[in-house]
Amino acid sequence: MENEPQKAWMRALALAPRARLEEARDAIADAPGFTRLRPTETGLVMVRARVGGSGGPFNFAEMTVTRASIRLDDGTIGQAWIAGRDTKHAELAAWFDALLQDKARRPALLASVIAPLERERHAQDAARAARVAATRVDFETVVRGA
Amino acid sequence: MYVAVKGGAAAIRAAHELLADVRRGDRDVPQVDLAQIDQQLGGAVDRVMAEASLYDRELAAVAIRQARGDLFEAVFLLRAYRTTLPRLGDSEPLNTGAMQVDRRISATFKDLPGGQVLGATFDYTHRLLDFELDAPDLSATTPVCTAPPPPRVGDLLGADGLIEPNPDDGSTPADITRDPPTYPASRAARLQALSRGDEGFLLALGYSTQRGYGWSHPFAGEIRRGFVDVEFVPEELGFAITIGKVEVTEVDMVNHFSGTEDTPPCFTRGYGLAFGHGERKAMSMALVDRALRAAELGEDVAGPAQDQEFVLSHCDNVEASGFVQHLKLPHYVDFQAELDVLRRLRAERIEEEALKEAAE
Amino acid sequence: MLEGSGFEDPVHDAQRSFRALLNVLSEPGTIATLPQIDAPSLPAAAAAIALTLTDRDAPAWLDPSFAAAAQWLRFFAGAPIVTDLREASFVFAPAASRPQLAALAQGDPAYPDRSATLVLTVAALSNDPGWRLSGPGINGTRDLSVKGIDLDFLADWHDNRARFPRGVDVLLVAGDRVAGLPRTVQIEPVHIGESACMSR
Repeated sequence: MENEPQKAWMRALALAPRARLEEARDAIADAPGFTRLRPTETGLVMVRARVGGSGGPFNFAEMTVTRASIRLDDGTIGQAWIAGRDTKHAELAAWFDALLQDKARRPALLASVIAPLERERHAQDAARAARVAATRVDFETVVRGA
Repeated sequence: MYVAVKGGAAAIRAAHELLADVRRGDRDVPQVDLAQIDQQLGGAVDRVMAEASLYDRELAAVAIRQARGDLFEAVFLLRAYRTTLPRLGDSEPLNTGAMQVDRRISATFKDLPGGQVLGATFDYTHRLLDFELDAPDLSATTPVCTAPPPPRVGDLLGADGLIEPNPDDGSTPADITRDPPTYPASRAARLQALSRGDEGFLLALGYSTQRGYGWSHPFAGEIRRGFVDVEFVPEELGFAITIGKVEVTEVDMVNHFSGTEDTPPCFTRGYGLAFGHGERKAMSMALVDRALRAAELGEDVAGPAQDQEFVLSHCDNVEASGFVQHLKLPHYVDFQAELDVLRRLRAERIEEEALKEAAE
Repeated sequence: MLEGSGFEDPVHDAQRSFRALLNVLSEPGTIATLPQIDAPSLPAAAAAIALTLTDRDAPAWLDPSFAAAAQWLRFFAGAPIVTDLREASFVFAPAASRPQLAALAQGDPAYPDRSATLVLTVAALSNDPGWRLSGPGINGTRDLSVKGIDLDFLADWHDNRARFPRGVDVLLVAGDRVAGLPRTVQIEPVHIGESACMSR
C-alpha cells in the first residue's frame, strides 16, 4: 500500500502528547513557516462500531476531533485529524505531515521524530501489559481419577 | 383573569449566583481540578461520556465539576455542548477484535484461548469502606511484550455453527441523532439508542429479563475492555488514518435459542458496548439488545424489555429528565383552568343534589 | 490546486450571514448584503449562503455552470455534492437554467422542513416596482424588482404555494445582495400604469 508510510506517521503524530511534538519542532533548525489552508476547526466524528463486534456497522457515539490543513512556505500541504480539541496539536501534526512529504527530509524526520514517538508508545503499552498480565488467572486443575 | 408571567429575572440571577456559591462550598477547601476528576473519578467521567454520547474526557470533567457531581446534569451539559459542534464525518467501524485488552473474561469457557484476564475490577472486592486507600506502586513491574489480541469467544462457537453469525446486510446504519427512530426500529438504531441510554434504566430492564419478564437464559460469552484505534477517512486524503484511541468495554452475551422451522437450535447473541469501564452498562445493554430481538426471533413479546417503543423512547435520561422536570415550571394558567373546571363541576353537583332533594 | 477561500472569521461571519438570511426570509422582499466571498464560479452572495447554510448534513446540488465550485464547497463547507436534485437541501442555479420548483425536495407533511432551498442567481435586485409581495412578515405589501428571471416563475411559485406546508423556499441573489421568498409569500406582478405608491 502506497499510503502505509503516511498512515504510520499520521498515527504516531495523533497519539503523541502535544508537548513531545513541540519539543521535536524546536529541535528542527530550519523550521519552515506555514499558513492555514482553512481555519483549524474542532467538530465531531460519529464513531461507528459493529453489531456483535464483527457484523454490520451502527452509530455508537460521537467524539471530539480537530482538523488542520496547512501550507508550508514552499507550497507543500499537510493535514491532520486529531481526537480532542487541541488546535495546536492538530496544527503541529499537520506541519510535520507536510515536512514528511519532502522526500529529502523524510528519512531524518522518521528517525529523529516518528521512531522515538513509536518507541515511547510501545514502552507505555508494554508497561501497561505487564501490570495487566499479573491479573491473568492460572487455574489449578485438580486431576481426578489418577 | 390576570396571571403574572414576568418578574422572576432578578430572582433567577440571584439563584444562579447562589448555586455558584454552593457549588464552590467552603473556600478553605481547595477547588477540585479537572485532572483530579479525570484521574480519580474516572468512573464518573466514563458514565457521563457514555450517556452524553460524546467521548472527551476533559469536557466530561468540566461538566461534572460544573454540575457539582450531579451526573445527570453533567450529561445534560455535555449534550448541550455537543450541539454547538459541527459533525465532520463518520469513523470507520471500530475493530474491537484488535483491542489491546486490559480485561478479558468469559463465563462460558474456563480455559479459553487467550486466558481469563481480570484487569482492574471491583469484582471480588469485599466492599469494605477503606479510610486509608493506599495505592500500591506498580511502576517496578517488568514490562512484557504486548500479547496479540485474544480470539473472540463468539468465533470459537461460530466455527462449529453453534452460534448465529453477526448480521451485516451492507446497509448504511440509521442515525437517531438525525432521524428519530420509527418502529419497528433497525438493530443499528436500537444499539445506538441503548449506547446512550441511562445505565440505571437499562440495568433494571436487564434485571427484569432475568426475573421472568422476557424469555432469557444468558451467559456472559465474553467481556473485554481496552483501547481501540478510531480510524477516519478524510476526504482530502482518501484513505483511513488513526485519529486517536477510545477506551471501551464490549460484551457478547450468549443466549439459548430453540430454533425455528428454518433455523436449527443454536445460541443467539446480545451485544453491549460502552465507553471506559462501562461493564455494568454494557452487560445491561447486551441483555436488553437480545430482549429487543424477540419479535425477530419469533418469541412472545411479553416483558417491558422486549417492547421496542417502551425501551427506546424512555431510555434517554436527558429526555426523561427534561419531561419530568418541566412539571416544576410555571403552569399557572393551566392550573387556573383546572381549578375553574373543578369549581364548576362541584357547583353543578351541588345544584343537582339540591334539585334531587327538592324532587324527593 | 485549491481555489477560493472561506470566511475570514468563520464563526462571526457565519453568524452575521445567518442573521441576514433570517431577516430576508422573515421580512420577505427586504434586501441584505452578505460578506464578499471568493469562490470559483459562484457569485459572492451565493458563496456566502453556501458557507453559512450547507454542511455535511445539508447536501448541495450545483448547476453545471457552477461545477467549478464543487471542490471549494466540499473543502470549506464540508457539504456533499449530490447529482440527484431531490436529495439536495440546497440547490444553486442561475435563473436562466433554473429547475422547476416541483423537481426539488418538498418535505413531507410531518417534516415540512425537509424541503430544499433554491438559491437562484439573478441579474439585479431592487425594491422598485416589479413584483408586489404580501403575506406573513409583510405589513400590507412590499415591492421587489427581480431582473433576469423568466415569466413562468410566477406560475411555478403559485403551484409551490399550493403545496403548503410542503414546498421550497427561494433565496434570490445578485452580486453580494440577497432577498428571500419563503413558501408563504404571495407574489403578484405590478401591472403597467399602476403606481408603486398605490400599493400602500
